[in-house]
Amino acid sequence: MEALKKPVRTIWDIPRPEQFAPGHNMCQGCAAALIMRMLMKVVGKDAIVVMGTGCVEVTTTPFPYTSWKNPWLHLAFENTAAGASGVEAALKALQRKYGVFKDRYIKVVAIAGDGGTFDIGLQSLSGMMERGHDVMYVVYDNEAYMNTGIQRSGATPLGAWTTTTPVGKRMRGEPRPKKDIIGIALAHRIPYIATANPAYPTDMMEKFRKAYETRGPSLVHVYSPCTPGWRIRNEHTIHVSRLAVQTGMWVQLEIENGKPRVTVKVPKRKPVREYLRIQGRFRHLTEEEIQKIQRMVDEYVEEINRWVGEQAIGPVVEE
Amino acid sequence: MSGVEAARRGLVARIDPAGHPLPLSEAAPGSAGRTGFWRTHRPVLEPARCVGCYLCWLYCPEDVIEMAEGAGPRGQAVPVIDYEYCKGCGVCVDVCPTRALKLVEEPIGEG
Ligand SMILES: Cc1ncc(C[n+]2csc(CCOP(=O)(O)OP(=O)(O)O)c2C)c(N)n1
Ligand code: SF4
Ligand code: SF4
Ligand code: SF4
Ligand SMILES: [Mg+2]
Repeated sequence: MEALKKPVRTIWDIPRPEQFAPGHNMCQGCAAALIMRMLMKVVGKDAIVVMGTGCVEVTTTPFPYTSWKNPWLHLAFENTAAGASGVEAALKALQRKYGVFKDRYIKVVAIAGDGGTFDIGLQSLSGMMERGHDVMYVVYDNEAYMNTGIQRSGATPLGAWTTTTPVGKRMRGEPRPKKDIIGIALAHRIPYIATANPAYPTDMMEKFRKAYETRGPSLVHVYSPCTPGWRIRNEHTIHVSRLAVQTGMWVQLEIENGKPRVTVKVPKRKPVREYLRIQGRFRHLTEEEIQKIQRMVDEYVEEINRWVGEQAIGPVVEE
Repeated sequence: MSGVEAARRGLVARIDPAGHPLPLSEAAPGSAGRTGFWRTHRPVLEPARCVGCYLCWLYCPEDVIEMAEGAGPRGQAVPVIDYEYCKGCGVCVDVCPTRALKLVEEPIGEG
């Protein structure tokens, strides 16, 4: 199956064939499984997948089995982007010296978790973006180091319980807000940056398609609920994802050559309480703490609206 | 590699030009075995309520739903679930706009 060329506007534009096999070890209701499925549908068979360790890797490649129909390379935690850069450079050299793949576009797709991207792999990602490698980088963000047992990462949101940000007398979950990975990518002036969310699959797949078609580095930051880590019901994966957008906790962005745009507008926002209340990791929050998060989101939304030059995300309207 | 091992799902032995066997993995369903065994509940379709909207197919994280075109009572497409690998997460039930899918307790001794 070739990489998708036509824009994805409706469900009918989504290709039926799959490049990612079911029956892997990802948990019931894991959003990362859905994200990988959609990603591979878009990029097709000519992508070389380069993967940093984390849940997706460990659950889909128990040697000698695999769920990946594509060429697939395992990398350590800190060097996903470095490995991806190397594969891309090697492809170019092979093309130049021996003329292989002359009429085929082979592209490197790097995939890593938030821990492997926001924290440990940040330097290699920075190098990849700075040098301008032709790599599409996808970070699936489940907001903690899930594979090793729910330790906090730079992507863990304010107030969230994890095993290393416990809830007790001294600590009330994660003390700091999430790191701004989009801002970091922007500072490298790469041609394509986007945020995506599995509750909006056509939007997500269109962003994957554009990121794949970009010549040069592209980054797609994908929101990815984790059922055991977030203490949510298995069937609530999509429900929680949608609430993240409807409350302004997550904004659907696309930045093409530095020009930002909100792809999913939210005229009336829901209060963040609705998002926090259905997740066990936020169960300890008091009304005061919820209000603090609400104010933080209000400020973030204002900042985004100013940046994109329109009121893409509206005010909170209590129902 | 023994013949028994080579016959296991996903594992493929290829012979290189010099005649050495190469243990290569080829993608196949069930890299983690029959994940249908994980289920405590299974999604069951009531075809009369289904409007053939494809949303369950779209959102199934496991990719175990196939849409059967024209197979519904009103000629609509209806989902066919592969219970070999369906993990019973219930996402399809949650996203179905017409409540055509229901989660029912898994019968003991089956699945
Ligand atoms: C240098 C290094 N440190 C620690 C580990 C152990 N380790 C493997 S996966 C993982 C967590 C990955 O977290 P993230 O990137 O967020 O992916 P997730 O598991 O959440 O999907 C850790 C700490 C490792 N493999 N290499
Ligand atoms: S622990 Fe979370 S991220 Fe990892 S497979 Fe399970 S649901 Fe997915
Ligand atoms: S219960 Fe989950 S795995 Fe099974 S068909 Fe529904 S969405 Fe897919
Ligand atoms: S989501 Fe419900 S109505 Fe739509 S195709 Fe699936 S079962 Fe039918
Ligand atoms: Mg993570």
